[in-house]
Amino acid sequence: MENNTKRYWRGIEELTNNAEFVKYAHREFGDAPSENEKGEALIDGTNTVRRDFLKVLGFGVSAVALAACEAPVKKAIPYLNKPEDVEPTIANWYASTFIDGGDYASVLVKTREGRPIKIEVNPMSSITKGISARVHASVLSLYDNEKLKGATIGGKPSDWATTDKEIIAELGKVSARGGQIRIVSNTIVSPTTKKVISEFIAKHPTTKLVTYDANSVSGLIQANGGILPSYNFSKAKTIVSIGADFLGTWLAADEFSEQWAKTRRVSSAEGGNKEMSRHYQFESIMSMTGANADYRSTYKPSQEGLVVTSLYNALASKLGATPIGGASIKIDHFDKAVSDLVATKAASIVVSGSNDPAVQTVVIAINAMLGAYGNTIDAGMPSNYRQGSDAEMTSFINEAKAGQIGAVIFYNANPVYNHPRGAELAEALPKIGLTISTNDRADETGSLCKYNTPDSHYLESWNDAEPKRGFFSFTQPTISTIFKTRQAQSSLLTWAGLNGDYATYLENAWSSTLGGKSAWSKALHDGVYEPGASASFNVPQTGLADAVVSISKNYKANSDKMELAIYEKVIMGTGSQANNPWLQECPEPVSKACWGNYAMVSLATAKKLGLDQEIELDTHEVEVSVNGKSVKLPFIVQPGQANDTVAIAIGYGRTKAGKSANEVGANIYPFASVINGNIAFSNTGDVQVKATGKSAQIARTQTHNTVMAREAVVQETVLSAYKKNVEAGRFKPEISTAEGKKTATDISLWNGHKYNNHAWGMVIDLNTCTGCSACVVSCNAENNIAVVGRQEVINRREMHWMRIDRYYSSDADVEDVKGLEYASENPEVVFQPMLCQHCNNAPCETVCPVLATTHSSEGLNQMTYNRCIGTRYCANNCPYKVRRFNWFRYYQTDEYDFQFNNDLGRMVINPDVTVRSRGVMEKCSMCVQRIQAGKLEAKKEKRRPKDGDIQTACSQSCPTNAITFGDMNDETSEISKLLEAEHKGRAFGVIEEINVKPNISYLVKIRNKDEKVKKEEAAVEHKEHA
Amino acid sequence: MFCNKTIMITMKRLKIVALMAVLGFFASVVSVKAQDPAEGEQIFKNNCTSCHAATDEVVIGPGLKGIGQRRPIDWLVKWVHNPQAVIASGDKYAVDLFNKYNKTQMSAFPSLSEGQIKSVVAYIDAQAAAAPAPAADGAAPAAGAAPAEGSSNGGMMQYIMVALLLIMVLVLIALLSIVSSLSKLASISPDAAEAQNVPLLKRLAENGKKLAANSAFKTGAALLITLLIGKATIDAAYGVGIHQGYAPEQPIQFSHKLHAGQYQINCNYCHTGVYKGKGANIPSANICMNCHNSIKRESPEIQKIYRSLEKDEPIQWVRVHNLPDLAYFNHSQHTNVGGLECSNCHGDIAKMEVVQQRSTLTMGWCIDCHRKTDVNTKGNAYYDKLVELHSKDHKEPLKVQNIGGLECSKCHY
Repeated sequence: MENNTKRYWRGIEELTNNAEFVKYAHREFGDAPSENEKGEALIDGTNTVRRDFLKVLGFGVSAVALAACEAPVKKAIPYLNKPEDVEPTIANWYASTFIDGGDYASVLVKTREGRPIKIEVNPMSSITKGISARVHASVLSLYDNEKLKGATIGGKPSDWATTDKEIIAELGKVSARGGQIRIVSNTIVSPTTKKVISEFIAKHPTTKLVTYDANSVSGLIQANGGILPSYNFSKAKTIVSIGADFLGTWLAADEFSEQWAKTRRVSSAEGGNKEMSRHYQFESIMSMTGANADYRSTYKPSQEGLVVTSLYNALASKLGATPIGGASIKIDHFDKAVSDLVATKAASIVVSGSNDPAVQTVVIAINAMLGAYGNTIDAGMPSNYRQGSDAEMTSFINEAKAGQIGAVIFYNANPVYNHPRGAELAEALPKIGLTISTNDRADETGSLCKYNTPDSHYLESWNDAEPKRGFFSFTQPTISTIFKTRQAQSSLLTWAGLNGDYATYLENAWSSTLGGKSAWSKALHDGVYEPGASASFNVPQTGLADAVVSISKNYKANSDKMELAIYEKVIMGTGSQANNPWLQECPEPVSKACWGNYAMVSLATAKKLGLDQEIELDTHEVEVSVNGKSVKLPFIVQPGQANDTVAIAIGYGRTKAGKSANEVGANIYPFASVINGNIAFSNTGDVQVKATGKSAQIARTQTHNTVMAREAVVQETVLSAYKKNVEAGRFKPEISTAEGKKTATDISLWNGHKYNNHAWGMVIDLNTCTGCSACVVSCNAENNIAVVGRQEVINRREMHWMRIDRYYSSDADVEDVKGLEYASENPEVVFQPMLCQHCNNAPCETVCPVLATTHSSEGLNQMTYNRCIGTRYCANNCPYKVRRFNWFRYYQTDEYDFQFNNDLGRMVINPDVTVRSRGVMEKCSMCVQRIQAGKLEAKKEKRRPKDGDIQTACSQSCPTNAITFGDMNDETSEISKLLEAEHKGRAFGVIEEINVKPNISYLVKIRNKDEKVKKEEAAVEHKEHA
Repeated sequence: MFCNKTIMITMKRLKIVALMAVLGFFASVVSVKAQDPAEGEQIFKNNCTSCHAATDEVVIGPGLKGIGQRRPIDWLVKWVHNPQAVIASGDKYAVDLFNKYNKTQMSAFPSLSEGQIKSVVAYIDAQAAAAPAPAADGAAPAAGAAPAEGSSNGGMMQYIMVALLLIMVLVLIALLSIVSSLSKLASISPDAAEAQNVPLLKRLAENGKKLAANSAFKTGAALLITLLIGKATIDAAYGVGIHQGYAPEQPIQFSHKLHAGQYQINCNYCHTGVYKGKGANIPSANICMNCHNSIKRESPEIQKIYRSLEKDEPIQWVRVHNLPDLAYFNHSQHTNVGGLECSNCHGDIAKMEVVQQRSTLTMGWCIDCHRKTDVNTKGNAYYDKLVELHSKDHKEPLKVQNIGGLECSKCHY
C-alpha cells in the first residue's frame, strides 16, 4: 500500500514481497481444512469423518430425521423465590473494583440472571477513564474451571473447619516459639486489607508483610523516598520517556493513556485545537508507547543510565545548572528533545522505566530542574499502584534459604514463578514448617505449599481500594462464590482469632468513616468515594552525586556485546491471568503475535546472527542463554529494536496455571539481573543467541489480512502541515472518466440508501488510538467470539471481529534500498482498528447468493447466520478483509478446550448474541444487540434515544475515546459534530478509490514532527538554484 | 292471565332497570368530573384483582362493592398507601378487618396517587351501578343473542353447502342416466350384444388391461402419483418444527381459565417481565404464594408448590412456546411499545384449561404480522418524525415493515 508520500507495510515479508507472503496474500483463511483435520472425526480415535458419514447415509439420514421430528421437550424453570431486584432477561449493573496486585480499575459489572458477563468502566470514577484488555478479560477468569474448588491440605481436598483448626494450631506453635512468620504479597491497594493484616500481626507479632511486584518499580519508589508520585501527562507539552511504556504497561497505563490522548486530540473545526504535545521515546525494544511517539530512537539496556545522565547534562548546560558527569551518549533526536524540554520547561515530563534507583534519582533531578513538580508531577498525591520492595523480597528469600522462617503465607502471590529467584525459593520452601497459599489455584507456588486456602475472585468478593491518596473505591460481590473459596481477608481474620466475616468488618470500618449505613450504601452504589487529599508537593531529596557514581559503574556508553531486554506485554502483563484464553489469543499490539513469547531481534542483528529473515509462519528456533541459563524460543525480527539486543517478554512459560497457559512460551523471569538491589529487567551478562537448527512457528496475525497493494488505507501528516491545511495528508483518489477526471467518491453505480430513522456510524481517530487492544477483548466478551487456539491462529483462522492493524512506514523511497533498510530498523508505526466498515455500497451484499448479508434501513450491514450457507463469496469480495469464516464447531469440539467447551466457561456467554455454528460467516454487527436494546429503552420512555445511550462495546471500552459511535442523523450527536468539523478536514474512508461508502470514518493521524522537505522538491530547488 | 302477569312484571323490572341504568349513568358522569373510572379500571385490574373483586365476593381480601360509601376516602388513601401503619395506629376498623381476614397483610401501594385511588373507587362504584343491568332479563337475551346469531350464521352456511351438494349429486345422477341410455342406444350392434354376454368381471379386467397398456395413461398416472407424493412431502416438510397446538402436560395442573379467565388476574401479575423485558417469565413460586398461602391450601396441585418450596426444588414447567435460539424476540417491544394484547399471539389464554401453542411461531407468521400491523405511534415521540416522513409519500398508516420490521438484524444477531 502506498499513498502519495509514504510506503507502508505490515511485515518484512510484505516489504520485500516474499514468495510465501505472495502465496498467502490471496488466501485469507489459509488452506482449506483437510478432511481428516481435527474436529471433524465423528467418533474419537476413528477415521470416520463427517463427509464419509454423510456419503454412507446420505438422504436416508434426513428422511429418518424428518420422520422422527418430535420436538424435544424443553423445560422452563423459574426461580422458587425470585430475588426482588433480579428480573430474568434484564441485566443488572453493579459498581465494583478490579484489583490484580497493583493493577486497579473502577468498573461496572453487567450481570444477567446473576452471572457477571461483562466489565465496563465506571463513569463515576475520576481516576479510571478506560479499562485495559486484562480488566475486560477478568470476567472470564471468574469462570476458570482450573481454580481450586476449596481448601486443600497437602494437595488433598479438605474442609475449611479442619484447615482453619490445623493452621491456627500450627501458627500458635510458631508464634509461641518466637518463629518468624511472613506474609508474602504483591502490592495491596486496599486499606482495609492492610488493617486486617495488622490485626493478624497483632495476634502473631513475629509476622512481617513482605511486598514485591513481578513488574517491580521499587527503584522508582526508593528514589522518591518511599512513595510513588502522581503523573499528569495531560498537562505536558513535551513528553520524554526513557524506556517507560507508560501507555501500555508502566504503572497506571490506562490512566496515562487518557491523559496522553487529551494532549493529542485536534479538531479541524474553525478555531478548533491544533496544538499537540510532542512525545519522544528512547527505548531498547519497540514498545507500544514508542510506536505512538513522534520521535523515537533506541539505546541498548547497558546504556540506559548514561542516556539519563546525558539528558541531565544537556539540560543543565542549557539551563545554567551544574553538570553531573557520566559518559556522554549520542542517540538520534536527543538534541531536539533537549531543546523542546527547555522550551516548554514546566510543561514537560520525563519518565523512565528503569528500576534502578540511581537512574530514577537523576530523572527526579531532571524533572525538578524543569519545574515539572507541582505541574505534571504531583508528589503530594502519592499513588499506590506499586508498593513492592525488591530488597524486602530478597531478604525474605535469603532468610528462607537459611531456614530462619517458621511460617509463610503467600497472599495471592506467586514468587516461585514470577520472581527472578523463584527457583531458589522453591528449594527453600520445604525448610519452612508452615506454608500457606491463598492463590486461586495450585500454581507454581501454591502447589509447593502444604495448605491451599483459595481466595475468591474479585467479582465474588468484598473489598476496598485506595489507588491514590484520598481516592477510594469499593468491590462488592456480583455473584456468590462459585467454588468453596473464601476471601483471604476472612482467612487472615479467622487465623487471628477474630470473626472471619470480612463483609461486616469492611462495612463497620466504612460506616463509621462515611457516617452511617446509608452513606456506605451510596458509596457501594457509586463504587467510588473521592474526598481527595490536600495536595502539597515536595521535590524528593536527591542523592545525585552517589547516583552518578553508581550509574558510571553499572552502565557503559558503548558495548558491542549481545544484551537481553526483558519486557512486559501490553496484553499478557505479568502472567497472573495467563490461563485466560481471551488474553492468550489477543495479538500483541506491535508484534501482532499471540499464544506465546519469542526472542525478538533487529533486522541487522538477525543478519549478523546468520538467521535470514523469518517469514510469517515458519521461523527458526533459537536458544538464548544468559550466564549459563538457557531458554529455547521462536525467533522474530522486530523492526525498531536496538541492535545487538534480544528481547523476551515475561508472563509466559507458566507450568501450573491451567490448560491455556501451561507450556505456552518460556519463563524469562529467572533471567532478570539485579542492579543496586533492585531487579533490572535486562541482562547485560554473557548473552548468547544461537539457532538450534529447528524450525518453529509463531501464531502471528500481522499479515493475515492484506489490503492487496491498495492505496490510502492509512493516511497521516505532520502537525506543521496540518496547521497550514487541515486536509494535509488526505489522499483523494481520482478516476478518469469520459468526462475527465472525477473524485472517486462522486462516481457510483448505486442509488444509495435513504435513512429516515437512524444512520449509525463510527469515527475512529487514528491520532489518539494507541493500539492497546482493549476494544478487541471487549468485543470478544460482548459478541461471544470463539477462541480458536494457537494452531488455528497459525492456520489463519482467528475469529476476531475487530483487529488492530499495525502498519510500519517510512519516508524512504521504494527503490531506495539503503533507505528501506534503515526504515525497517526504525520505522514509524500507525495503529488502525479495523472492523466491518458497514459500507453503503457494500461489495459483500451483492455477491451473497442467498441474501444472508443485507443492508438495513439504519445503515448497518447485517449478517444473518441462519441463512448463510458458507460460500465465502462475501469474504472474497470484502476489500477490508473483516469477515471471518467459522470453520469448526468451536463450542462442541474437545480440541478447542476453551470457555465454550465447559459448563462453567459458558456462563460468560452473552445471552443476547447467538453462538455461531460452523460453516457460517461472521463479522462485526456494530453491536446491533445494543442498538436494539437502546432503541427499545427509548421507545418505552416515548422519546428518541439520547446520544451516548447506545455505545458499541469497542467505543465504550476505548481508554482514549478514539472511537466515537452514534447516530449520524441526530444533529446534536457527538459523531455528527465530529464529522461536521472533520468533513472538510481529517475524515476519510479507507480505500476511498473503490467508493464503497463506509459508515466508518477515520481521522488522519498527525505526528508532531517537523515537516520533512521532500527529496525531489529539494532536488528540484537545487537544480533551479544551479 | 298468567301471561299478562309475567309481561307486567317484566315491564316493571325493565322500568326499574332502565331507571337504575340512567341513575348509574348520571352517577358515573358526575364522578367522571373528579375521577376517571377508565383509569380506575386499568389500575384496579393491574393491581387489585388478584385479591379483590369489585363485587361482594371475597377473593383473598374483602369484596369492594360499596367501598366508597363504607369508608371515607381519606382513610382509604391512607390504608392503600400503608395498611400496616393504619393497623399499627390502632384504627379499630383496620384492626377488625385485619383479624377478620386471618391477619393476612395487604400489600402497600405507596406509588398510587390520591387521584388514582379515587379513580379506582369511582370504577368500583360504576361497576356496582352497572352490575344489575346484565343480570336483568332485558339485557340477558341481548347478550345471549350474539353467540346464537353467530352460530345461526354458521348453520346457514352449512345448509347452503348441503343443499348445493345435493343439487350436484342430483345433476350427476341425471347426467349418468342420460349417458347410459345414450350408450345403450348407440351400442345396439351384434358386437355389443356379444360383448354383453361376456361376464362383467372379465370385461372389467380386459378394459383394465387395455388401460394399463395405454402409455399416455401410464405417464399420467405416474405424474399424478409423483405430484401427490411431492405435495405430501413438501407439506410435511413445512410442518417440521411447527408445533401449533402443542399442549404438553404440566407438572402442576395450573388452569389459566380459572386464573386469567374467571378471576381476571392480569397477565402481568404473574408474568412479571411481560412489559419490561425480553422474557415474560414463568412466575416464581413465591408469586403463587402471594395468594395460595391462604387460598385452597388443601388442593393436591397446590400442595405440589408447597413441597417444591420445602425441598428447595424449583418447579420444572414444560415450555410451550419455543423460538429457535437464532431468533431474538422481546416481549416488551410488542406489549409495552407496540401495545399488542397477549392474545394476539397466545390466543384466548383466558379460556384455556391447559395452555397450548395457538400460533405457528414461524418466521412467515412473524413477517406476515409485521407487514400488516400499524405501528403504535400514538403519543410516542420516538416515532413522530418517522410518521411525518412516511405520511409525505404514503396514504396508508405507518406499518412495521416501513420502519425496517422485515430486516434480518431486527431479530437475528
